[in-house]
Amino acid sequence: MKLSNKTKVLEQGEMTFAERIYLPAIVGGMGTTLKHFFSKKVTIRYPEEKRYLGPVFRGHHILKRDEEGAERCTACGLCAVACPAEAISMVADERKKGEEHLYREEKYASVYEVNMLRCIFCGLCEEACPKQAIYLQHDKMVPVFEDRSQVIYGKDKLVEKMDNRYLREGWK
Amino acid sequence: MEITSTLFTAKAIYVGAIFAVTLGVATYSTYFERIVAAFMQDRVGPDRAGPFGIFQPLADAVKMFMKEDFIPAQSDKWLFIAGPCLSMLTALMTSAVVPFGDTLDLGNGLMLDLQGIDVNIGILWVFGIVSLGVYGVLIGGWASNNKFALIGAIRAASQNISYELAMGLSIIAILMLSGSLSTKNIVEVQQNGHWNILYQPLGFVIFIVCAFAECNRTPFDLPECETELIGGYHTEYSSMKLGFYLFSEYINMFISGAVMATLYFGGYDYPGHDFIVGKFGNNIAVLLGVGAVIGKALVFVFIFMWVRWTIPRFRYDQLMGLGWTGLIPLAMFNVVLTGAVMLFTVNEGGSNWITVAGSWAGVAIMLVFMAFYSQAQYKKKKLATA
Repeated sequence: MKLSNKTKVLEQGEMTFAERIYLPAIVGGMGTTLKHFFSKKVTIRYPEEKRYLGPVFRGHHILKRDEEGAERCTACGLCAVACPAEAISMVADERKKGEEHLYREEKYASVYEVNMLRCIFCGLCEEACPKQAIYLQHDKMVPVFEDRSQVIYGKDKLVEKMDNRYLREGWK
Repeated sequence: MEITSTLFTAKAIYVGAIFAVTLGVATYSTYFERIVAAFMQDRVGPDRAGPFGIFQPLADAVKMFMKEDFIPAQSDKWLFIAGPCLSMLTALMTSAVVPFGDTLDLGNGLMLDLQGIDVNIGILWVFGIVSLGVYGVLIGGWASNNKFALIGAIRAASQNISYELAMGLSIIAILMLSGSLSTKNIVEVQQNGHWNILYQPLGFVIFIVCAFAECNRTPFDLPECETELIGGYHTEYSSMKLGFYLFSEYINMFISGAVMATLYFGGYDYPGHDFIVGKFGNNIAVLLGVGAVIGKALVFVFIFMWVRWTIPRFRYDQLMGLGWTGLIPLAMFNVVLTGAVMLFTVNEGGSNWITVAGSWAGVAIMLVFMAFYSQAQYKKKKLATA
């Protein structure tokens, strides 16, 4: 039964002489492949050549500092609570006198660890953070680790370096 | 005695060099096959091993040697081993009669013929060895004790036999033109630009199609058709035995390219030969001629790869239909056409352009006739069904 008028009966006629001797079609096809032979290649040679993954890519974690170079994190623990993989742990400490240039507020994280084997790079820590302290960088991936002793990233690897500040697209 | 031994040494060096060139080209064909495939698919291909991946064949060879050399328990062990050896042997033997160059003057009146051996039935030697080549496949497929391997082997055998007929018939026209079976003579007749391709356009098309079939290359690679037969005749093979089969295929490609250069593209003839002789001497010109043969053969190897990555394979009945009902009648027509053109131009005193024009006109007339004929058949069929 015909359900719609969209169906088309395909009339497949006898092959013409040119089609039957194959050669014209083969030569045409060879022209196509030769065109591709000289066209630009789409391959990205990965380790040497990296593709831009966009401003929303969630890569390596970073603990931001403010403009004066003081850490923004106050060890409130919201990121650890938000983390579905329970990858974040921290130890809070009180800021001493004379450490104002190091930590922005009176409380700070003396230890801040992310277990990169547990982390699923969901970005919920970033969303949970009330102090804009933790971010997942859009242009840097966590390197491959060769041993379990390398998977826990402490503050030495996470805190932003002042000479190499992280800036996301759209930020000032 | 002194002279013969020097000549013997020179010949031995030549044979060793041809052997090395053949194997080297075959080795690098595996790499270029992948590069060509990749380029035609907008990729870059293997580029990890060394600069541009030029050590890839080495890595492949190491892989091949390191793999387990497996022989199935129910197989015929000796035939299983003999198969790939036979394939490799016959593939390498063909190059003996291909003239890779003219005569090289070694000084002291020593003349080295740059050809393995100039037998007066050279082209028959090529045919004989190529026909033997199918035994390697057949024995390997039979000894595997695997139905897919056997089917692949049977396909290879019947395909090779079918296409040898058309190939032989297309050669007959060449023999008529040159009047000799010796590959050396065939090349000498073609010197100074009188390449056979000018006189034999149809014969060349038939020959190259048959060469594809004889080498078991796409679009005629049905003996190793993965979609139907797993791996075809080399399903059960692993390690370097499989490597031998693949290798002999690439050697066959190179040699059939060299044979096509010999038969249709003037062998070691190249434009500007006399100029080179005048300026740099005969030996340089001869060595450039060797380069010309190898260059022409490599162009054919590229065409083999180009076709492989362009068109899909034929169905088996299409393959047989093309061979028996297409190419053999065409080859017979080509023989008649060549004879007719030779007969009509016999009084012209060797005016070559008339011969060339006659050959091409004959093919054009045949095509027009066939087109009209098929049109008429089509109309008749249409009337019958309407």
